[in-house]
Amino acid sequence: MNQVPLSHILFVSTALFFIGMYGLFTRRNMITMLMSVELILNSVNINFIAFNKYLYPEKLEGVFFSLFIIAIAAAEAAVAIAIIINLYRNLRSIDVEDANEMKF
Amino acid sequence: MSVPAVVFYILSFFILAAGLLAVTSRKIFRSAIWLLFSLTGIAGLYFWLQMEFIAAVQIVVYVGGIVVLIIFSIFLTQQSGKDLPAPVRSRAIFSALAVCAGFMLTWVMIRRYDLHPAGQGTIDASVGNIGSQMLSTSAHGYVLPFEVISILLLAAMIGCIVIAIKTKPGDK
Repeated sequence: MNQVPLSHILFVSTALFFIGMYGLFTRRNMITMLMSVELILNSVNINFIAFNKYLYPEKLEGVFFSLFIIAIAAAEAAVAIAIIINLYRNLRSIDVEDANEMKF
Repeated sequence: MSVPAVVFYILSFFILAAGLLAVTSRKIFRSAIWLLFSLTGIAGLYFWLQMEFIAAVQIVVYVGGIVVLIIFSIFLTQQSGKDLPAPVRSRAIFSALAVCAGFMLTWVMIRRYDLHPAGQGTIDASVGNIGSQMLSTSAHGYVLPFEVISILLLAAMIGCIVIAIKTKPGDK
């Protein structure tokens, strides 16, 4: 793995982050926006693992940060989907433009 | 170019192509499947970096948990065969421009730094080492974040039940 410089891995994670940003900007459906957020979180995880592997190979801090990010992402996805299903029940739509009031 | 490098470039092309299709596909179900491929590719990248435990967690939590949850919610909320409305053209163009600008800026900043790998030490990312450090109370132990995150997961679980519970009509 030493034939690949660290900057190439950073290129992949940066590209993935901005692909997620593009999805977040253009999509107006809540589930697809949630997918974009998952892509962004994954790009951050790649960064943590790559830095841990290349720059501080005697420690494990990047691994722990990735594990905690994965756990938080799972919790966030579950809460987000609960909110989306509740909104769909009330509005019959999961478009963010339709969800323009906070009280029913 | 050696074999590991070729494997890395194939994997990264796969990740980026699947991610791009996941955010641009017009059918929401296909978009979820592309997301699944992208996350699997990232798990492959972790295997390539010899972080087997993280790769396994990635497959179990993301591919087995989150994507399945997303697919279930797609089935619960809309007709999966229907096309999503196309994004407004001006919005798509301007967000593509903004994203390209941000990418260029970040890439220029990465290129300015000389990131030399620290050659000597070997990483011990075995499950035993990760587990004992996760639950250790000494200097580099992670027992407090571990406990906090278990409280967070419990709170998220209760929160999901409370939010998604179905109230009977006339029961407010």
